Formats: sequence, C-alpha cells, structure tokens
Amino acid sequence: MTTPVLEIRNLHARIEEREILKGVNLVIPQGEVHAIMGRNGSGKSTLSYVLAGKEDYEVTEGEILLNGENILEMEPDERAAAGLFLAFQYPIEIPGVATMTFLKAAINAQRKARGEGELSTPDFMRAVKEAGAQLNVDSAMLKRPLNVGFSGGEKKRAEIMQMALLKPSLAVLDETDSGLDIDALQVVSKGVNALRDGKRSMLVITHYQRLLNHIVPDVVHVFSDGRIVESGDKDLALKLEAEGYANYGGEAA
Amino acid sequence: MADYDIPTLKEEIDRETVEQVLALDVDKYKYGFETEIESDVLPPGLTEETVRFISAKKEEPEWMLEWRLDAFRRFQTLEEPNWAKLHYPKIDLQAISFYAAPKSFNGPKSLDEVDPELLKTYAKLGIPLKEQAILAGVQGAAESVGTPFGANVAVDAVFDSVSVVTTFREELAKVGIIFCSISEAVREHPELVKKYLGSVVPVSDNYYATLNSAVFTDGSFVYIPKGVRCPMELSTYFRINEKNTGQFERTLIIADDDSYVSYLEGCTAPMRDENQLHAAVVELVALDNAEIKYSTVQNWYPGDKDGKGGIYNFVTKRGDCRGVNSHISWTQVETGSAITWKYPSCILRGDGSRGEFYSIAISNGYQQVDSGTKMIHLGKNTSSRIISKGIAAGFSDNTYRGQVSAHAKAKNARNFTQCDSLLIGDKCGAHTVPYIESRNGTAVFEHEATTSKISDDQMFYCLQRGLNEEEAVALIVNGFVRDVLQHLPMEFMVETQKLISISLEGSVG
Ligand SMILES: Nc1ncnc2c1ncn2[C@@H]1O[C@H](COP(=O)(O)OP(=O)(O)O)[C@@H](O)[C@H]1O
Ligand SMILES: [Mg+2]
Repeated sequence: MTTPVLEIRNLHARIEEREILKGVNLVIPQGEVHAIMGRNGSGKSTLSYVLAGKEDYEVTEGEILLNGENILEMEPDERAAAGLFLAFQYPIEIPGVATMTFLKAAINAQRKARGEGELSTPDFMRAVKEAGAQLNVDSAMLKRPLNVGFSGGEKKRAEIMQMALLKPSLAVLDETDSGLDIDALQVVSKGVNALRDGKRSMLVITHYQRLLNHIVPDVVHVFSDGRIVESGDKDLALKLEAEGYANYGGEAA
Repeated sequence: MADYDIPTLKEEIDRETVEQVLALDVDKYKYGFETEIESDVLPPGLTEETVRFISAKKEEPEWMLEWRLDAFRRFQTLEEPNWAKLHYPKIDLQAISFYAAPKSFNGPKSLDEVDPELLKTYAKLGIPLKEQAILAGVQGAAESVGTPFGANVAVDAVFDSVSVVTTFREELAKVGIIFCSISEAVREHPELVKKYLGSVVPVSDNYYATLNSAVFTDGSFVYIPKGVRCPMELSTYFRINEKNTGQFERTLIIADDDSYVSYLEGCTAPMRDENQLHAAVVELVALDNAEIKYSTVQNWYPGDKDGKGGIYNFVTKRGDCRGVNSHISWTQVETGSAITWKYPSCILRGDGSRGEFYSIAISNGYQQVDSGTKMIHLGKNTSSRIISKGIAAGFSDNTYRGQVSAHAKAKNARNFTQCDSLLIGDKCGAHTVPYIESRNGTAVFEHEATTSKISDDQMFYCLQRGLNEEEAVALIVNGFVRDVLQHLPMEFMVETQKLISISLEGSVG
C-alpha cells in the first residue's frame, strides 16, 4: 500500500489554554476526497489551521504526517512547499498587491523552497490563463489587489485558482461554499473537480451537505467537539442533512 | 506606538523663508580673493581658509568665493536646529574633512578591491558588473559607457566631492540642454548660476543649507531651454567614499518656459563605523508652463544592527514653481541613512502652479527618519498633493512632518494630503506632524492619516501560500507603497521593489 497523503494521529490542540481538538484520527489515501461535516464551533477551522501551522495554536499531543513526513515542526511556508494548501473560509485582503503579483510570488517562493528555478514569464502567463479560464477569473480581476473588495464568489474563485496553480498534494477546503450563490457554487465546484486527478487528495470542510452534491466525497466524517465521531460514505452526508447534528452531542449551534 | 503630535514649533513654519525668497537679489556679489593651494586633501576642520581652499581648488571666480564667504559668516552665527524628532550626538564639524578630491580618482583599481558587502548590495539590486564598477569608484570605470540605470539615462556621478562623469552630454547639447557639474557651470555658465543659485534656498535658509552654501563641493547643474522636452532621464549618482568626509553637494535645475525634465538621484555609501555627514541642497526652478519631476532613491548606509555608523543625512530640497501653470513633483524613496532630515518642498508662486510630493520612507534597525514636505501656496489657483508612506520596523523611529500653507493671495488653493504609516513589530514608532495654515478663506485643504500594522492573519495567509516571513513582509510593504511606486520612473521602480526587501531584512522573526 502506498503512503497516505495525510495521516493524523490522536491530534490534540489548544488555543489560549482552551483545548479545541481532542484526539483527531484521520487517514486520507492518495487521490481520495474526504469531507468533514460538523456544526459551527465544533473545531473544523481549528483543524485546518493546525494542519497549516498557524502559530496561535499549540499542539499538545499527536502527529500529522504529510506524505509520510511529520510536519509539526515545519513552518507554514515549509508545509506549503511540501504540498499542503488551505483554501481559507475567510480569505485575507492584501491591499496594493495585484492578484497576479501575488500568484507569481507564491509560485516562485514554493519553487525556490523546493530548489526549482523561477517560472519563466511566458510559462507563468500560460498557467494563469488556463487556471483563470476554468474559474471565470479574467485579467481585470487579476489586476485588482488580492481579495480587496472581492465579492464572496470572487474570493472563493481566487482561492481555488491559487490551488490550481500551486498544485498541492493535499488541499484543505474550509467552508468553500459559504457565501456562494448557486451559480458561483457551480463554478467553484467545477474548478475543484477539475483538480481531482486521482493523485491529489482533498479535505473538504463544510457545514452543509449542499456542497457535497457538487464535490462528491469518497468518505464523509462527522466532527463534533474536537474529534471525528462517525465516518461513512457520501450517504452519511444526506443522513446528516435530514437529521441534523443533534444526535452527535455537544451544544446546539 | 503611533501618535499624532500637535504642532508647536514655530521654527518649522517658514514664513520667514518665503519672505527671504521673495526679497532675494542674487546679483550682489562683487568681491573676490585668491588663495594659494598646496595640497589636494584638506585636513579636518572648518574655517574661512577651508572655504577659500575649496573655492580655489575649483578655480572659481571671485563672485562665487564671496558668495561662499558670506554664507560662512552667516553660518558662524547659527545654531544647529533641534526641533526634529531626532536624537544623535552633537556633530563635530572640526573633525570632518570638507574636501576630499578623489586623487586622480584614487578609487579601487578593480572590483576585487571593493568592499564585498557593498558589491553584495549592488548585486541584490541587480546592477550589472560594469555599472557596479562605476558606482564603487573603480578607476577608469566611469569612462566606459555604462550607467547605473540603463541606456537611456544621462548620468552625472558625484564621488565624494567631485563630479566625475557626465554621459550623454553631447546628445543633450544638440537640443540646447546644459547638464554638467555645478563647478563647471560656475565657470562656463556664470550668468545662469548667478541668477538662480540661492534663489530658491537662500544662503541663510537653515543651518545645514548655510553650511552647504559655504562648503559645497560639487553637484549637478541642469538647464532646459524654452520649449524643450528633455529626451532622456537625467541622473546623478552620489557616493560617499572617503573616510571622515562630509558630502555637500549642490544641485540646481532650471526648466525654462514650456520645458520638461525628469531627474533621478541615487545614493550609496560604503559601510563605516563612524557617522558621516551629508548636507545637500537641491534647488529647482520651473518657469511658465514648465515641469520638473525629481525622483530620489536614497540608499545610504544606515548603520549596523546595533545602530553603529551610518550617514547623517540633512538635506534641503526645494522647488520654486515660479512661472504660471508650472509643475514640480518630488518622488522619494528613503531607505538608507542613520538619520534622515529632509523636507522636499514646493513654493507655488505662479498662478495655477502645481506641487506634488510622493514619499516612501522605510526605517529599520536604529534608523531615525524625520521627513515630509512643505507646500507653500502663494499664487492663485495653486494645487498640491502629498502622499506619504512611512514604514517603521526594528527599533526605528519614523516621523512625517508636513506643512501646507496658503497665503493671503492664494485664492482657491487646494491641497490633498494622505499620510499612511505601517508598523512592523512593536519596538518602532511612527508619528505624523502636520502643520496646516491658511490665510485665505477660499483655500481647501484635506488631510487623511492612517496607522496600521501588518496583521498576523495577513502574514499567515502569505506563509500558507509558500512565502517566507521576509518575502511576505516585502510583498505586503510593496502593496502598501503602491500608490507612490507608480510615480517612480521605470528605472527606479524595479530597483525600489528590491530595495524594500533588502532594507526590511531582519525585521521579522
Ligand atoms: N482565538 C481563539 N481563542 C479562543 N477560542 C477560539 C479562538 N478561535 C476559535 N476559538 C474557539 O474554538 C472553537 C472552534 O472554532 P472553529 O474551529 O472556528 O469551529 P468551526 O470552524 O467548526 O466553526 C469555537 O468554540 C471557537 O469559539
Ligand atoms: Mg469554520
């Protein structure tokens, strides 16, 4: 069996003395898309931040292996170069930095970290054009400062476009459906599905089942009070949608 | 921490200066002296003999010597100002050598002899080898064709006290443009120099300008004739090379009616443990419908990480929009020097004239910056625009000090000021000190100021995309200064972006 892309073992993490993750166990084999569903406040975003290495969080127990390598000691940028990408629930504004400029800086920073040369401008432009077409990102949008004044849909499209360009081995999508109308949801989902190539793995975090009609997961996990409490196939999502999270304990959201 | 100081210091309000400028009669110097010269290098110290020595060394006419001596006498009555938010030990002028001619260009013989740290900086800036050699003062390098800014820029390079090379002069002369060292202009174009020197920054304008007037050693002179658009960017590259020397260059640019010129000024200095004094004066004169764009990238040695060494940069830059509908714009990128004291200003005298000031000032380590501008509205329908971006990191202090004033006749004067500060870390300071003074009811002045920090969320977002901390800070800072960056000529834009990264090295982590 090949090494799973992601393996989380008994992960405990806290922020400001408060334990949020209380023993997460999760294995995502290569090429699979797993969904995590859970009520608001159950710790889903915390899991994504801890995976990406946000410094406010303290991991008190457990391990995270990315392609077999323990990443807990790595800086966020090292994890990114190692193949981890996080599509943010609330993408951050970078005033004055054109989206195009940001994309180029990110790609070249990762290439540099991996000891590869800078992408030539024609190669970069070609890649941007390709990814942009897929996600309806036009050159006018690429000239605007990243996420500044972007609509909800534009922000999420920009996130997926970055994922398309950075080609991670593991993509964590945190509530990518939030703030999207049905048309935007379709565009974004199409973009995500185009990146399912049988090798890339994804962790799709969502509160609603709706997204999973568009991005159909291989495995669905139910997340409650800082841990995974049940796992199943895509039908588990439908069951959750019908019955709500009430059966899984914790306070009502 | 950031604060918003209430202006209290009257010295800064330069009504006095304006009156002096208005009253000035530049044609009053008739005396002269001759001095025997023995030596090429002047021992430290400032006396009347120093002034005579410099003047004689430059083979100046008598009127020029007398002009200097007048400045020297006035200088002796002045005290060093202390109103700026700057802290430094008293400068001992008697310990400084006021003239250091590069003895037949006594620079290094090849790049191998140049300070490797300096070369590293040049390399990071992407300056080609041949041009590095010119900048580093390698013997003979200046005579080869290269310039620091590419093919279509004419350069006058000033190393220590002497102007070394002026390229493209012949091409410029064809359209009647004079571009030469100020020393040469004094000898070859005395009528222009007499008419305009000191007409914007009067001899006794301030302590450092008066000192400069007495001992200025070289600098550039530009005259653009009526109706001529200068076909290329003109540039001066300043370089302090010798130990214990002060650099006192003097630049004078005159744009005659309906003319246009864009001028670039770049500066570097090697690393030294001691502090070195730099006190330049730049005067710009724009006549009817003329436009002058003056851009500076100042990258002088800021001192080491503990605050040792570095340049003390006390500069007086002022433009006079003397003609109707004339236009002067200052764009500056200040990343170097241990201390920066600098307020490039515009006197908006001609009706309908326009002044602009675009500034990026970055301080890191123990650097101190007190910089800004003055927009003095004298004529009707004059307008001015100020965009200042201050970035403070490390233990540095970064003050914007700006004055906007409208005089009684300045009907419909307009100013817009935007003044933004960005703090990196919590040991630095940013301060905004605006002086606004209107003696005309029709004047409209707008002022906006912000202070912000790079947020942890912004940093994390950039890191998640693979940028390391320094790359992330540089990118965010480049975004912060974008409004100003756009006003730089192409030649400086790329260099500036790299410079921002270099000057913020070590500001995080
Ligand atoms: N900076 C913080 N300090 C303290 N508690 C926090 C902080 N950020 C999040 N939390 C808490 O952690 C819990 C999990 O939040 P989060 O991971 O955002 O949940 P979800 O994404 O599932 O809605 C919530 O109770 C939230 O209030
Ligand atoms: Mg969340």
